[in-house]
Amino acid sequence: MNVKFKIKGLDCANCAAELERAIQKIEAINSANINFMTEKMELEYDENNEEEILKKLKKTIKREEPDVSIEKI
Amino acid sequence: MKKKTIKIMVALILYLFAMLINFENELINKGIFIVSYIIVGFEILKKAIRNIFRGKVFDENFLMAVATLGAFGIGEFPEAVAVMLFYQIGELFQSYAVDKSRKSIASLMDIRPDFANVYRNDKIEKVSPDDVKIGETIIVKPGEKIPLDGIIVEGKTTLDTKALTGEAMPKGASEGDEVLSGCININGVIKIEVKKEYGESTVSKILDLVENASSKKSKSENFITKFAKYYTPIVVIIALILAVIPPLVISGAEFSDWLYRALSFLVVSCPCALVISIPLSFFGGIGGASKMGVLVKGSNYLEALSNTEIAVFDKTGTLTEGVFEVQKVNPVGVSRYELLKVAAYAENYSNHPISKSIKQAYNEEIDEKQIINYEELSGRGIVAKIGEQNVLVGNEKLMQEKQINFEKCNEIGTIIYVTIEEKYAGYILISDKIKEDAKLTIESLKKNNIKQTVMLTGDKKEVGESVAKELGIDKVYAELLPADKVQRVEELLKTKSQKGKLAFIGDGINDAPVLTLADIGIAMGGLGADSAIEAADIVIMTDEPSKIIKSIKLSKKTMRIVKQNIVFAISVKILVLILAAFGLSTMWQAVFADVGVSIIAILNALRALRIKNIK
Repeated sequence: MNVKFKIKGLDCANCAAELERAIQKIEAINSANINFMTEKMELEYDENNEEEILKKLKKTIKREEPDVSIEKI
Repeated sequence: MKKKTIKIMVALILYLFAMLINFENELINKGIFIVSYIIVGFEILKKAIRNIFRGKVFDENFLMAVATLGAFGIGEFPEAVAVMLFYQIGELFQSYAVDKSRKSIASLMDIRPDFANVYRNDKIEKVSPDDVKIGETIIVKPGEKIPLDGIIVEGKTTLDTKALTGEAMPKGASEGDEVLSGCININGVIKIEVKKEYGESTVSKILDLVENASSKKSKSENFITKFAKYYTPIVVIIALILAVIPPLVISGAEFSDWLYRALSFLVVSCPCALVISIPLSFFGGIGGASKMGVLVKGSNYLEALSNTEIAVFDKTGTLTEGVFEVQKVNPVGVSRYELLKVAAYAENYSNHPISKSIKQAYNEEIDEKQIINYEELSGRGIVAKIGEQNVLVGNEKLMQEKQINFEKCNEIGTIIYVTIEEKYAGYILISDKIKEDAKLTIESLKKNNIKQTVMLTGDKKEVGESVAKELGIDKVYAELLPADKVQRVEELLKTKSQKGKLAFIGDGINDAPVLTLADIGIAMGGLGADSAIEAADIVIMTDEPSKIIKSIKLSKKTMRIVKQNIVFAISVKILVLILAAFGLSTMWQAVFADVGVSIIAILNALRALRIKNIK
């Protein structure tokens, strides 16, 4: 399932690229794409495990970029 | 951002103060530098410390902190403050530029209507466009946005469609005309009968497309983020080696001298400027395109467009108007008027586009009582009795079947023969009109290095060939079914070079599979054709083929900017790195290679938003 998020608080384009790489490493997430200019993140994952995946996602974001917040759209 | 600006200003003043006055007491000088440094760099230091605990040593905050603290360590106070100060100025400029281009795109897309004035129980109620139902009547005053698609039932006005189509010329509209949501009503008060719910209306379709455009990245963007991934660690490791090895190996080498060189490396190691200027250019390019009424669904498509090698067009509705018109009336033995009248009466009950065009050409009220007998012979034409006359109106087959002695006409288009009382009375030629700018489009495509232009059509061979010849199209495939179009495009895809791209341009009707198959699917006349908007990669809001030329030019301009930025930023950085390694450059040059380059690259990227000189 493709899920879109609004992603706020990214300082720079390189930080976005790094965060994208870190999120791609989360096993349950098949693909991750962050667009710095539009402040959008697109993830593909299995919706059955959504709760667990979102938990992992938030943990990763907190570790990589503590100032970043996301919101599902 | 305001707070940051104030901090930078204060630090800058303190810095210049210390530099210009140059107190005799070293301590005062150093004190002022340190205060200035803390004001401007505290945030960075804080983040740097946080990053150490997270093991992120290649983070730019950390690198800047090390570079500046190191400079303090070897007694280069002014440099230390300058690096931090200019780094922050660069950052500020960067976020200003990003903010500015985000806003300028957002304002382009400021077509969302906030309310609708709807007639309910003889009163006007102001409601959200979401709450209006099909069939209700809304009223739109001058200066307001049309909130929902519908038909004008009362009033006359001029509409500004710029936000939708990029067309600067206002359009007149009056009773009976269809109007699209997102247009701005300029001068008259109009009443509109709503035809579509808000969720289905043009404005929400477009907003949906723009906001949810796929975040597919271009190759250039991927290249640069990959480059950054390796660039920073490599530069940092070299810096480390520079600081440690030469003082140990080379006799008489000063540690502080090599440390200075290493610190310059750290200053240049930040990749952010480079990384931001690329998506910023694409973002600007996409924004520029939407100003022209062309919606691009991702930077990868804008990039691909600049490499277009083969342009494949659908004929009807794309290169031609898709509207049939009577081109010629050739009466034999009767008057022109009579021939048209007979044909129009006979075709009265048919809804075929051909019949409509004949009725339009006749353009008079039809007295249906005069149509006494009427029979439609499928695929051939019509047999009817109009008043006292028995008439036949149809194609060649009908004439042959009824053994009429007629004159075969070889002109291009659809030919309708007419007989009155079994006597041949002449023919009417109907054909589709070629769009005004179609020829110019094909010519300019060739000037813009498109190697091959192809036209696909379901129409007859003669018609296809004559249109292709008139427009100067290289190759034409006619009499195609939708499935054949897919096959032709598959074949054409094999003939292009590896880097070249194939663009298919269609009106979105029946060609969704081809739009998807082509490297770049371009749908024209996007207003109103939902399936096209979904299947295409690029949507041209108006139905002018010439917008393709503009889009290709814009994509080339964007790619030029992207390449300039990549080459310029990387070469300046590498040059300064080499100079620094040999002790030939100072930290000032390193600051330029970092901040100066990013400011220049960003200013260059912002050029992509400008479309004034694209014709």
